[in-house]
Amino acid sequence: MRSFSEIDTAVKRASKGIGFSWGISEEVGKNIRLLEMFGLPGLKNLNQYYKIFKEKKFQNLTLVSKENSSKIPYCPIIAGINFLDQVNNLEELEEIKFDNLGFPILFIPFVSRASEIIGKRIFLTIDEKEFLLNFNQSIYSNYLSSDVLEKSDQIKIKFIENKNMFSETEWQELYKLSEDTFVEETDKLKQNAAGAGLTDND
Amino acid sequence: MESKLRDPKKIMKLSKLGSFHQSKLSFLRSFLKEFKDWKYNRDLFDLDEGGFGRAVYSFSKDRRVYSLVCFANKISDHERSDRVIATKWDAAFVLYDGIPTKKDLDRLSNDVPQQEVGRMSYKELTLSRANKSVRIFEHVVESLSNGKQPDKEKLSKVGYLYRTTAVYGSGKFGLADRFRIKNREEIYGPFRLEMMLVYLVRQFTFDQVNHIAKHKNSKGAVELDDDICKNLGIGNSTGLGMAPFIVNHPALLNNWILARETALKKIREIKKVDENDSKIFIDCLKKSLKNVTSWTTDSDFQNKKIKSLISDLYKFINFIEKEFSFEEDYAFNQIYKWIEKNLRDECIEYIVSMMMEPYDYITNPLLKSMSADEDKYFTIPTNKNVSDLRNILEDNYSDILKIDFEKKESNQNFWFISKNKEEPRLADRYLDKGSELEQPLAIARDICKLYARISNQKNSLKIGKFLIENNDLRHVVRRAFIVEKFPYAEIQDNTIGSNLMPIDMLRLKLSFFGAVKFDPRSDKWLRINMFQGAPLPKNLKKFDDYWVYNSLN
Repeated sequence: MRSFSEIDTAVKRASKGIGFSWGISEEVGKNIRLLEMFGLPGLKNLNQYYKIFKEKKFQNLTLVSKENSSKIPYCPIIAGINFLDQVNNLEELEEIKFDNLGFPILFIPFVSRASEIIGKRIFLTIDEKEFLLNFNQSIYSNYLSSDVLEKSDQIKIKFIENKNMFSETEWQELYKLSEDTFVEETDKLKQNAAGAGLTDND
Repeated sequence: MESKLRDPKKIMKLSKLGSFHQSKLSFLRSFLKEFKDWKYNRDLFDLDEGGFGRAVYSFSKDRRVYSLVCFANKISDHERSDRVIATKWDAAFVLYDGIPTKKDLDRLSNDVPQQEVGRMSYKELTLSRANKSVRIFEHVVESLSNGKQPDKEKLSKVGYLYRTTAVYGSGKFGLADRFRIKNREEIYGPFRLEMMLVYLVRQFTFDQVNHIAKHKNSKGAVELDDDICKNLGIGNSTGLGMAPFIVNHPALLNNWILARETALKKIREIKKVDENDSKIFIDCLKKSLKNVTSWTTDSDFQNKKIKSLISDLYKFINFIEKEFSFEEDYAFNQIYKWIEKNLRDECIEYIVSMMMEPYDYITNPLLKSMSADEDKYFTIPTNKNVSDLRNILEDNYSDILKIDFEKKESNQNFWFISKNKEEPRLADRYLDKGSELEQPLAIARDICKLYARISNQKNSLKIGKFLIENNDLRHVVRRAFIVEKFPYAEIQDNTIGSNLMPIDMLRLKLSFFGAVKFDPRSDKWLRINMFQGAPLPKNLKKFDDYWVYNSLN
């Protein structure tokens, strides 16, 4: 088994070898390590992408907008780098679409890291495949294939406002149970048990 | 009185960093301190009469066990080489996480002796190999088998029976990734497990030499005297492989240096120095003279450094004995001011190390701050703007921005990864091929490029937007924002200039390891000694923290 450290280093070097700058190569190394750690087929997809990278043309998406569309597939690395770099401005858009992005699995870690930067979960769909990106701590998905995914018709990104996943009633019900660990105070305990003085300014 | 941390622009010069010495913060010393209460055991010792076979040593506490697995192999003299191109070694080692089964040992016996070509698993933590110092090893075997102890003078010239030629960890060749073990409290300090491996290897070398001597003469052989063992360490040959590490890990480098600088600051702020503490300082200083004067090397570069160190040390001792009193307030601050004015870097840094000796209460809390979670600082804060970046560059790289990279000599060297060994190397840009495959280690040059590039950009431009057209400099944009948080993260020198001394970079790292007796064999590699004078594992519980200065050699 290859360690994550080996994966990071080899991917960084391969990315430089294929023509990306050192700075971008460092990002790709970290990303593939992240995908592999989350159990997604990062190295496999990257390997296939680099095999056709020089023969097939990919479009560089620099300025990300609400709707991004291209006849030539977008490069997932350049699109990802720019999404990551611009995410502070992009979250206001609520939903962003990318039509025709190549090797979309390689785009996921950029979005996962963006989720950590803005402190919001991001819901990402690649056609019918769903990914919930949780602050770069985990990825929840209905996609378990370890195959190479060469293209996507449409990717949608939705920034999820921070809110609880439960209702106030559910909270109150659970909180009531937690109260069973509290001790009812006598008058004496009310006066002495906190350790502070009897008045605020004594 | 509040003392200031020393200026990173002075401290982070390579000539200064190349003058650092071991101290209480050094990793091998902090390793011994951490593991002194662990149970040590030799679990297996299955060597034939020639000393070839396998052995297992362990440290255990509660439910945690670390086992060193040793494989001693027969190799011919012409196969023995300390260079990284070697493919066979006298012995190969791996530190196993837990207790290895027979099946594990059989698996490891195939892969560990192959080193870089073999494959390790997530159960293995560190990997190494070592060669005998043949001359010394044979002399010791010969003496012991004849019922005599070896010639101490001969031993002291070398200082070890074996020298390691590489110690790998952190995911190399399939070893466990750092994240799997980073939450274990006993290994919070850097390189703890690498230190454990080397320390246990040292014991293996003594056991092996005793074993061979015993088989040569079962009735007449004697065992190597414990005091002699104690004064032997493990040698190490270190080449350029280590140099880029300190460039590639800026946050970690900062934490090492910051710990040292913080210790010095706090010591300078002590108003009344306790009599016992001043005695410890002077005692360590005087005892250490014996070590320094026994330090031999053929290197002119190092001999000059040793000479300067010895003469400055005598000058300092004279000052302390005749002109100075520890009764003065802020005595160590007075000392520091004096040494900075009167002594050279080699001795200044030596005395700084020595000042820490009495102060466990200052150094111990710093030990755990010497690791770094570098991934936390990887992402570039792209919502900052160009004026933020410009300020960082002007504040943190002012000396570097003065370097003229139009000059040929400023670009003389380039760092590359060798195809056959996948290790970092240094070559001449104008004489050697391959500079187009240069590694991103020319930080000074690229910082200057970045500074020039932002000079015509609007101050308000966001870094995210700036990077769209400037991703070729993304690696140094990232560094600049790391350096903003970590003042000692960056070497304040040109790492590709014609006057670069790469061994300064090695020396810095090795001083934090706790190595002594630096012996440069060229400007690109050197030999050192580790654990010389350290307590033997069986005596570790009676740990004497000043063992470094009690060596007989």
